[in-house]
Amino acid sequence: MSEDHGSSLISARVRHVEALLEARGLLADGEIDTRIDEFAAGGTPANGARVVARAWVDAGFRERLLADANAALPEVGLSMAGGLQEQRLKVVANDVDEHHVLVCTLCSCYPIALLGPSPSWYKSEAYRSRVVRDPRSVLAEFGVTLPADTRISVWDASAESRYMVLPRRPEGTAALEEAALAALVTRKGLIGTALL
Amino acid sequence: MSRINDVGGMAGFPPIVEEPDEPRFHADWEAHVFALNGALIKRGVYDLDEFRDAQERLPVAEYLGSSYYERWFAAITTLLAEKGIATPAELEP
Repeated sequence: MSEDHGSSLISARVRHVEALLEARGLLADGEIDTRIDEFAAGGTPANGARVVARAWVDAGFRERLLADANAALPEVGLSMAGGLQEQRLKVVANDVDEHHVLVCTLCSCYPIALLGPSPSWYKSEAYRSRVVRDPRSVLAEFGVTLPADTRISVWDASAESRYMVLPRRPEGTAALEEAALAALVTRKGLIGTALL
Repeated sequence: MSRINDVGGMAGFPPIVEEPDEPRFHADWEAHVFALNGALIKRGVYDLDEFRDAQERLPVAEYLGSSYYERWFAAITTLLAEKGIATPAELEP
């Protein structure tokens, strides 16, 4: 298959550049493997889910989160400073009247600390180009059908600003504790391409 | 003039495809490209804005014909050459 051939070609090119940089003292021995391991151990959607569950059970936290997410995250042991640079985070809350959805039209900006690595569809030209022009039909393709009078807001992330959706708390969950609530939150729910 | 990465509102791309249970990386080399970029930025060889810029000014056909991490690798090698770390010839096996 030509893809495998292409993959082995680029694989050899990457290995070559790594070896060259090691030889020139720009990469330490084992540095790449360490970074890969650290990334694997880093952000996952469970982090975002924890934030959401706290906001559902604690009105004060919800208010602080929506007002200044960067300042509120440490309350649940999280931060936006773990990556290459600290980014501003704005959390946008869905309600009966308004549904939020995220994109990065220019590239792939995404709150990795809270959501983990982004899915390929989020990075695709197909999604980036269409969700800003026709969010309702894009959401419908994801199985999110909203009443015609629900307003849809699309948030376009940038190098310095990231967004996360605070989904609506599902009906019938009044008896659930915070951890059980967090388990209901999905990655797509945090992006806005799914309802919970 | 906007660059090819500025696709917001553009028509004509293929349908959105979701990949169930998508892995973090689709090949080992992708993980290496990811880590390599982080290491070079941390070392101050280039910064994040330069890295984005290097992707955004890829030739249009190359940008559209490349996968996500192929673009990253193209940006990395572009910057290594421009910063005088290695010649384009040295960057190829």
